[in-house]
Amino acid sequence: MQVMPINYYIFLSIALFTIGIVGVLTRRNVIIIFMCIELMLNAVNVLLVAFSKMHHLNAYALDRATTAGTEAQLFVFFIMVVAAAEVTVGLAIIVMLYRNIHSVDINFLNRLKH
Amino acid sequence: MGMNKYVFLIPLLPFIGFVINGLFRNYLSRTLVGVIGSGVLLASFVLSLFVFQETTATGFQTQLITYFDFINAGGLKIPVSFQIDQLSALFLLVITGIGSLIHIYSTAYMKDESIPHYARYFAYLNLFVFSMLLLVLGSNFVVMFVGWEGVGLCSYLLIGYWFGNNNYNNAAKKAFVMNRIGDLGFLLAVFWMLQQFGSITYAEVFAKAATAPVPVITGITILLFIGAMGKSAQIPLYTWLPDAMAGPTPVSALIHAATMVTAGIYMIARSNVMYSLAPVSQNLVAIIGVSTALLAATIALKQNDIKKVLAYSTVSQLGLMFLALGVGAYTAGVFHVMTHAFFKALLFLGAGSVIHAMHHEQDIMNMGGLRKKLPITHLTFLIGCLAISGIPPFAGFFSKDEILTAALIKSPVLYALGVMTSIMTAFYMFRLYFLTFSGKFRGTHEQEHHLHESPFAMTFPLVVLALLSVVGGWVGIPALFAEDAHILSAFLSPVLGTPTAEAHHFSHSLEWTLMGILLSFIVAVILFTRRLFGSEFKEENTTEGLSGVLANKWYVDEFYNTIIVKPLDAFAGFLSRVVDNKIIDGLVNGVGKAIQFSGRQMRFLQSGQVGSYILIMMISIILFFIFQLFWK
Amino acid sequence: MPVSEMLFWFLTALALFSALMVVFSSNPVHSVLWLIMVFFAISGHYILMNAQFLAIVNLIVYAGAIMVLFLFVIMLMNMNTESEPQKSQWMKMAAAISGGALMLIMIAALKDNVGAVSKTSGEGSIGLIKNLGNVLFTEYVVPFEISSILFLSAMVGAVVLGKKESSKIVS
Repeated sequence: MQVMPINYYIFLSIALFTIGIVGVLTRRNVIIIFMCIELMLNAVNVLLVAFSKMHHLNAYALDRATTAGTEAQLFVFFIMVVAAAEVTVGLAIIVMLYRNIHSVDINFLNRLKH
Repeated sequence: MGMNKYVFLIPLLPFIGFVINGLFRNYLSRTLVGVIGSGVLLASFVLSLFVFQETTATGFQTQLITYFDFINAGGLKIPVSFQIDQLSALFLLVITGIGSLIHIYSTAYMKDESIPHYARYFAYLNLFVFSMLLLVLGSNFVVMFVGWEGVGLCSYLLIGYWFGNNNYNNAAKKAFVMNRIGDLGFLLAVFWMLQQFGSITYAEVFAKAATAPVPVITGITILLFIGAMGKSAQIPLYTWLPDAMAGPTPVSALIHAATMVTAGIYMIARSNVMYSLAPVSQNLVAIIGVSTALLAATIALKQNDIKKVLAYSTVSQLGLMFLALGVGAYTAGVFHVMTHAFFKALLFLGAGSVIHAMHHEQDIMNMGGLRKKLPITHLTFLIGCLAISGIPPFAGFFSKDEILTAALIKSPVLYALGVMTSIMTAFYMFRLYFLTFSGKFRGTHEQEHHLHESPFAMTFPLVVLALLSVVGGWVGIPALFAEDAHILSAFLSPVLGTPTAEAHHFSHSLEWTLMGILLSFIVAVILFTRRLFGSEFKEENTTEGLSGVLANKWYVDEFYNTIIVKPLDAFAGFLSRVVDNKIIDGLVNGVGKAIQFSGRQMRFLQSGQVGSYILIMMISIILFFIFQLFWK
Repeated sequence: MPVSEMLFWFLTALALFSALMVVFSSNPVHSVLWLIMVFFAISGHYILMNAQFLAIVNLIVYAGAIMVLFLFVIMLMNMNTESEPQKSQWMKMAAAISGGALMLIMIAALKDNVGAVSKTSGEGSIGLIKNLGNVLFTEYVVPFEISSILFLSAMVGAVVLGKKESSKIVS
């Protein structure tokens, strides 16, 4: 039975997550920023699935018929559901923004200051 | 006993009057306000009459009527309950009776006020009477204290009734503050009793008083007396009462005759069991009383304000009452409270009538010759003067004679001082009388033109009170004249005890002699004042020598100002300028400034750029990780 | 090196490279395409972990639907030009440094080996559609149904936001 240390997945996830953050910080295009956020979300999904499998493997050693780890995968499923809804609304907001200020430059959106 | 069910109505009715007049003052008509204000009190008076009648029945036992618990915490239980006995019944009669007359009088006297203020006035009056009734009816010191405080509050409200005038407000504040000083003594006494006896109900406290150590009883009684000093205007807390003249004249009558100042007498008479156990306190009461009587009488000699003279005379008479209490003649003290209530209410209302006729002129130097213009007022006022001076058979004679006899038994010095006070009383009262009513009119021509006798609502109480001032003393005819003729003493004996030994130390001839000498002195003084002020009158020099000192009231106000008010003022100024302005304000402002400053700096963090927010968030997360994971 | 391990490294490299390209390509359309590559790589990882259902859903929902939506919006706004203004140099430096620091910190914190993930598909079959569907429609049926309400509200929200307004909000 081949196994892969969980650390690799953790590192992969961290790397993806950090790249997402750096993207959010460096880009000014709202859509790119939004995509980077999706990237971060996926990084977390990878982690969840990896842990699910690890958990399953540990339980499987004791009980062949175990279903441990199912919840995590369902969790990922629901995350995707929520992400889909979020993207819909988020893109609608971006479209509205574009219509109002004719730009997707996040630097113009500094209303939080006031 | 049939009346017990309705006793609560006696204080409740004035309270209802207060609520109605107070809340609906903008809606009621003037007549209705007057009818409600006086009507509730008359109803209380009728109820009091029934109660009084019950207490006169033979075999009457003290009635305790408990309504509900005011405080019930652990071992401490303070009920709101009323005690009906001879003493409280007598005070009920005096308060509601004279109160009613004053209310009726006020309906005419205050008619120039606008309706809301008129109603406010009656609301205050009713509340005043309510507080006083509560004070008298309570069966424990806490209920008494509630009434005690209520009386103080109402005096403040009524003295400052014309709040547009700042001097009046200051007088009101003075009265309130002086009363508060006394109240502190009362309150401490209540706490001490609670600690010593575990109860503040009269019955229990007085029953246990004999078992308590004498110093404790002395302490408690002195503290109680301090309370009485404030309320009943004794040295050193008497200066508020003359200033209390700022209120409307009927209020002065109410304060001086029926309510307020008699509270202290009532309280000490009520606690007579304890005072009898503490000779030191008794002596203190007697000494303070007689000094106040003398001091106030000397001041009254030189006052020119008609109400001020009466005010100092009240202080003086109160001093005499305390003298009576101090020498153990509680009945005499209460007797004098009663007779004094009659003639002092009469005098004040008469003065009010004069002031009314003179269009708010109060200086007797500008009066004179009012005898013909105000016949009823003149006659009743004269009766009042005779009564207060102690001319038989008017009321004042009997009560004063009883006090002086009791003082003589105790000590000839007290007696002598009391006699001096009585002689001075005759002098200043008849000076007042002659300056006001005989001679030529000294006011302006316009005032003379408008002089008129007061309406019936004002003269009626005067006549009633004049009658009472004549016959009021006959309930206490001394043993000298007739054995067992002292009805009041017999009536009050269940509460105040039988007067000790009476005048049996002295032969009747000695008593007759002393009385005769005193009376001839008084008559001589009256004739003397008639010579001085009766027909023609020359301006007195009130700026020099002793007369100047007297006219300025022994400079007591100035003395208090220098000794107490100024240092307190300076201290308060120091607190205000240095402690408050520099330290406390500095602290508060410093905090504000620091936050403002830091806020101004932090403002640059708030750029509105989402990116910078996320960056800050990330840095925070990094720091959090570092602290959480590697800070070991 | 077994095939599965080779595949792991390959997919990892592909995911990281594509993710970097998402961030650094200046054309938004290219970014979208690179992001689709990331999703493919991640789906590959899911398959490696025997989570076929999630892999398929990831492809269909993310790489298919969502990314098409992104593309659609970008096309709508006519943003395929490289006209995007750049952030300040300072901000980029700060972002790079703090990003690196965060990665370092997290890796340092989680470097300890706490377990392993199976590579072969032999044992756990929990990731199969059959098993997941079983659980989803029995135990998790209520959240599943509730998520439909979420979709509905998201749809309503999108319509309301996207509707042309009579009055403009902005300066």
